[in-house]
Amino acid sequence: MILFYLFAAVAVLASLLVIVQRNPIYSVLFLIASFGALSGLYVLLEAPFVAMIQIIVYAGAIMVLFLFVVMLLNAPHEDTEEDLERGVPPPSSGRVKVFGALLAIVLVVELIGVVVASRRAPIAFAAPAVSSVAAIGRSLFTDYAFPFEVTSVLILVALVGAIVLARRESGEGI
Amino acid sequence: MTPLLVAQIGLTLFVFVALLSSAAGMVLVERKVAAFLQQRLGPYLVGPWGILQPLADVIKLMFKEELRPAAADKWLFALAPIISAAAAFSAFAVVPFGAETTLFGLLDQPLRLQVADVNVAILVIFAIASMGVYGIVLAGWSSNSKYSLLGGLRSSAQMISYELSYGLSLASVLVVANSLSLTQIVNGQSGAWLGFLPRWYVFTQPVAFLVFLTAGIAETNRAPFDFPEAEQELVAGYHTEYSSMSFAMFFLAEYINMVTVSAVATDLFLGGWHGPFLPVSLGWIWFLLKVAAILFFYVWMRWTLPRYRYDQLMAFGWKVLLPVATINLLVTAAGVLYLGI
Amino acid sequence: MPTLDHYLVLSAVLFAIGTAGVFLRRNLITILLSIEIMLNAVNLSFVAFGRVLGSADGQIIVFFVMTVAAAEAAVGLGIVIALFRHRQSLNPDMFRLLKW
Repeated sequence: MILFYLFAAVAVLASLLVIVQRNPIYSVLFLIASFGALSGLYVLLEAPFVAMIQIIVYAGAIMVLFLFVVMLLNAPHEDTEEDLERGVPPPSSGRVKVFGALLAIVLVVELIGVVVASRRAPIAFAAPAVSSVAAIGRSLFTDYAFPFEVTSVLILVALVGAIVLARRESGEGI
Repeated sequence: MTPLLVAQIGLTLFVFVALLSSAAGMVLVERKVAAFLQQRLGPYLVGPWGILQPLADVIKLMFKEELRPAAADKWLFALAPIISAAAAFSAFAVVPFGAETTLFGLLDQPLRLQVADVNVAILVIFAIASMGVYGIVLAGWSSNSKYSLLGGLRSSAQMISYELSYGLSLASVLVVANSLSLTQIVNGQSGAWLGFLPRWYVFTQPVAFLVFLTAGIAETNRAPFDFPEAEQELVAGYHTEYSSMSFAMFFLAEYINMVTVSAVATDLFLGGWHGPFLPVSLGWIWFLLKVAAILFFYVWMRWTLPRYRYDQLMAFGWKVLLPVATINLLVTAAGVLYLGI
Repeated sequence: MPTLDHYLVLSAVLFAIGTAGVFLRRNLITILLSIEIMLNAVNLSFVAFGRVLGSADGQIIVFFVMTVAAAEAAVGLGIVIALFRHRQSLNPDMFRLLKW
């Protein structure tokens, strides 16, 4: 129980810091911390394969991609003085920010309200867990074989698309 | 505080100290082997045969001034060596190095010579290797210097490219061994064919062994794949701006990564702690010998082969090693399915 | 012992944080990061429900969601790079030619 609260607190805190930070590199690092906490939660839910895949794929590959892009673009922090000279529109006013925050608060209240209002006994994790990689593999290659193959085509499409989009026209600097 | 728990804590401390001393020992071994390969003597002034040289190096590093460039990002600059060193040490936590032992009857339950026995041990090693990339890329970025940034980006691009071949060669062994737990994989390699040829996976999966070792050398940024930290090209790559203990941590992380890759290769391909003539309870001696052989191979490669240029390095990783690893996996899977190997 | 409701509430909170990030931030990369937070919140729900039912289906769906998220992050970052080359800015308000 303590572990659950610990991981949950780290995940929520890190996610809040992601959206609050000005420097995009710090945002990426806090998101990695959040993913680590989520991986711990997956271990608590007796899904060790998903936990390791989360670290390998999400925290280890996708976030490295984000980090590369942030470093290569060397993007300035938002809302600097040079922005106004270059014609960037001014940052959203206070009212828009409050409206956005209110929307998020309404969303979370509604979602938690749905969970609470169902008024049933708390469902504990009673059923025996399927945590072995063999079972997941078997299911993946028999029941879910078609989505599996489609996913491979999807990744190929994403690969080609990313290369085409980021290719520079001849003569232009990065 | 059962005796088993005390023994497990003691084992954790022992592994930590052993890793540190192995890194220190590797410093000396590297310089001595390099010297003999180049027909000179190497360090011989400090202690007999230069044995105290690593101690001298550590003392020198501790007393150097800890510098930080003024324009460097303070938090990331301090965090990067910590991530590198922590990832290097943690990866060894799931590597078993001996059979279960009761420490000559002191314990009531057998103690596994492995800090943490997870049944997805191979994935854990892979995951922690992925996290090690961050130490390098953050070091390159936070130093705010062009050599560091270029070195850091190149080094991390190289590491994530070779991780694919690393993982596919691991997957080939998994197909043959039918388990993700390193202890079970090692135990599947006991016994011998025809009485003398041990059942090591290096004989059933030679291609995977070569791919794994090559990818391992590239993962740890060692020659001939060490372009990102080559002195002649990039000053010192991502650790240019680091000095004293921070530099020592990167150094340490690199050697411990080497030790971990060698240990995993030994467990996966060379039969772990199984070997002739010794009882299984003394198997850790065989483990040490095999790891030492692979480490010697590492050092030998560094001082024998010329360095790959960066584009050659990346082309090799994607266009040669990855197809070879994939085809090996396909052939292995077909073999297991149709021939029941 | 944590029950299903604990995990669902945590997932809801994370999802709302991600939504707030998409609304409030004026930096394309942070918006993409907030989308990743939302996807992770949903992954957590899937694994929790899969655990309740005692089947591997929850974990398999998470596998697919992660793959799709990886593909989407790659293409999204490609788009961000292409946009940055044109306007030298990551502020989404700079790209308003199609706005009425």
